[in-house]
Amino acid sequence: MKRIKRVFVANRGEIALRIVSACQELGLETVVGASEVDRDGLAARRADRAVCIGPAPATDSYLRDDLVVQAALGTGCDAIHPGYGFLAESPKLASRARENGLTLIGPPPEVMELSGDKLRACEEAARAGVPVLPGIEIAAGDDAHQAADQIGYPLLVKAAGGGGGRGIKLARDHDELDDLLTLARSEAGAAFGDERVYLERFVSTARHVEVQVAADEHGAVLHLGERDCSVQRRYQKVIEEAPAPNLAPTIRNALTAEAVAFATAIGYRNLGTVEFVVDADTGAHFFLEINCRIQVEHPVTEAVTGRDLVAMQLHLADGEPLGFTQNDVVFDGHAIECRLNAEDVARGFMPTPGTLSLFAVPDHSHLRVDTHLCAGAVIPPYYDSLMAKLIAHAEGRDATIDVMLEALEDLDVEGVETNRALLISVLAHEDFRRGAVSTDWLERAIV
Amino acid sequence: MPLSDEDIREILRIIDESSLTELQIETEGFSLHVRKGGGDAEASGRPRVREISDRDPVRQAPGGPEASAPATLPTAETDGLVTIPAPMLGTFYRAEAPGKPPFVEVGQRVEPDTIVGIIEVMKMMNSVTAGVSGKVLQIFAANAELVEYGQPLFKIGPA
Repeated sequence: MKRIKRVFVANRGEIALRIVSACQELGLETVVGASEVDRDGLAARRADRAVCIGPAPATDSYLRDDLVVQAALGTGCDAIHPGYGFLAESPKLASRARENGLTLIGPPPEVMELSGDKLRACEEAARAGVPVLPGIEIAAGDDAHQAADQIGYPLLVKAAGGGGGRGIKLARDHDELDDLLTLARSEAGAAFGDERVYLERFVSTARHVEVQVAADEHGAVLHLGERDCSVQRRYQKVIEEAPAPNLAPTIRNALTAEAVAFATAIGYRNLGTVEFVVDADTGAHFFLEINCRIQVEHPVTEAVTGRDLVAMQLHLADGEPLGFTQNDVVFDGHAIECRLNAEDVARGFMPTPGTLSLFAVPDHSHLRVDTHLCAGAVIPPYYDSLMAKLIAHAEGRDATIDVMLEALEDLDVEGVETNRALLISVLAHEDFRRGAVSTDWLERAIV
Repeated sequence: MPLSDEDIREILRIIDESSLTELQIETEGFSLHVRKGGGDAEASGRPRVREISDRDPVRQAPGGPEASAPATLPTAETDGLVTIPAPMLGTFYRAEAPGKPPFVEVGQRVEPDTIVGIIEVMKMMNSVTAGVSGKVLQIFAANAELVEYGQPLFKIGPA
């Protein structure tokens, strides 16, 4: 590494630990910026240094770009890794970092700005020749009914500033649309600081397939294959896998080529993910959004490509060339990731913060577990409920499912309710075994 | 859910390694109150651990465990001394500008609204007030140093 010597980790939980480990393997020093309740977490303890950036609520700590940059400067860091969530796709953090001479691990602020505006991103995608779903922005006073008729029901009401599955509502008719529009606007304003909403065609039997792209500062852009994240609840991913099962090679080739074309067109840098919706009935596919961050589900791509994506982010941010070509990217076997969450499935997936009296993950040669927790650890009520990511990697999809089932059965967890039983029922379900479930399947078939 | 001895040992270890001076944890039917340094704890050389029954007045405190003082209010210690913690992370300054005299020195008397320092966050200057009356006994943080949220800045004693 040339420029980057000390990295400020502006996140918590398993991803903070993941970043600390990646930095340490590259010989980089790390400083973790932790909230008051995370001060003694594993990431903070493993890092060379930890600083308390504020009290527990994220709005007073992990979401404060001013504190993050101040802390990074004050601890002599030269780069900031924002992880996922929190400030990961904040153009404000990206520009503030740049103004203060810090390298943000991610694309430049202008690209983040574009990606964060879902309407503009769709326009750019269309311009780059990537198919997009018909979408119409609805400003106050516009004739929403006319626009809705043009698109056809059912349709989605989406927040332009949303993304990552947030700010999406389904409307089946004019009445529902009227009710949702007002609500969507005020919610979008409060949550994203952007009241703009738009209507988008709803693909009823949809698969969520995303392509991992990588771009260096020297003009090289390539892809690292796709991931299928169709097992979702309320637009939040639960299980992800690579490669996408039963995806026709022609569709796979189109998706990867379009993802690279789009990333190239918008001047993308570093690692990113281009998300598509694939119509399971017709095979038609459409661009959804681009994510300017390391994804929660990045380990399945790491498993099948044998490449460390966080290390790649650091190298790229340091100005290094990718150092390999598309032909060098080869895929090996199948990988599945399960998100173990502290939540009570029976009580509407209510988060279940508390103390883990027992937590032991099985030691299996085909299994990787990314977690920041151990027995005795406290899961605070302030953040998301992700406890651990289990990643199985084996020769074929069936074998991978078997590894994951065994891992979930052998997992020891006591003290808090988890979604383990739900994960097991998904993996054991014949629909999932056959592959290619759609995004509404989990809520229809299991929950 | 009762805490096991193991849990308590782990909690004590965490507190020991942390900058926390006091911690209160309550789960159903169990309450743990630990204070580091000073008072009884120091005398016995160990943090205090006690069980509190359901009828214990502590459990009935309005707002429950959340009602305990946030880290940035002056923390009273058993010896009657008070610590002023940093209300935010930032660069700590003892004076208004370079070359100007410090806001306070050891031995000086302060009132709750006395400005004792400044914390800069991205060119924004935030004044830190004493929050208590008394006399400055000790100044922990050096000028122009990064201070963390909750880090002790001053020790205040009776005037």
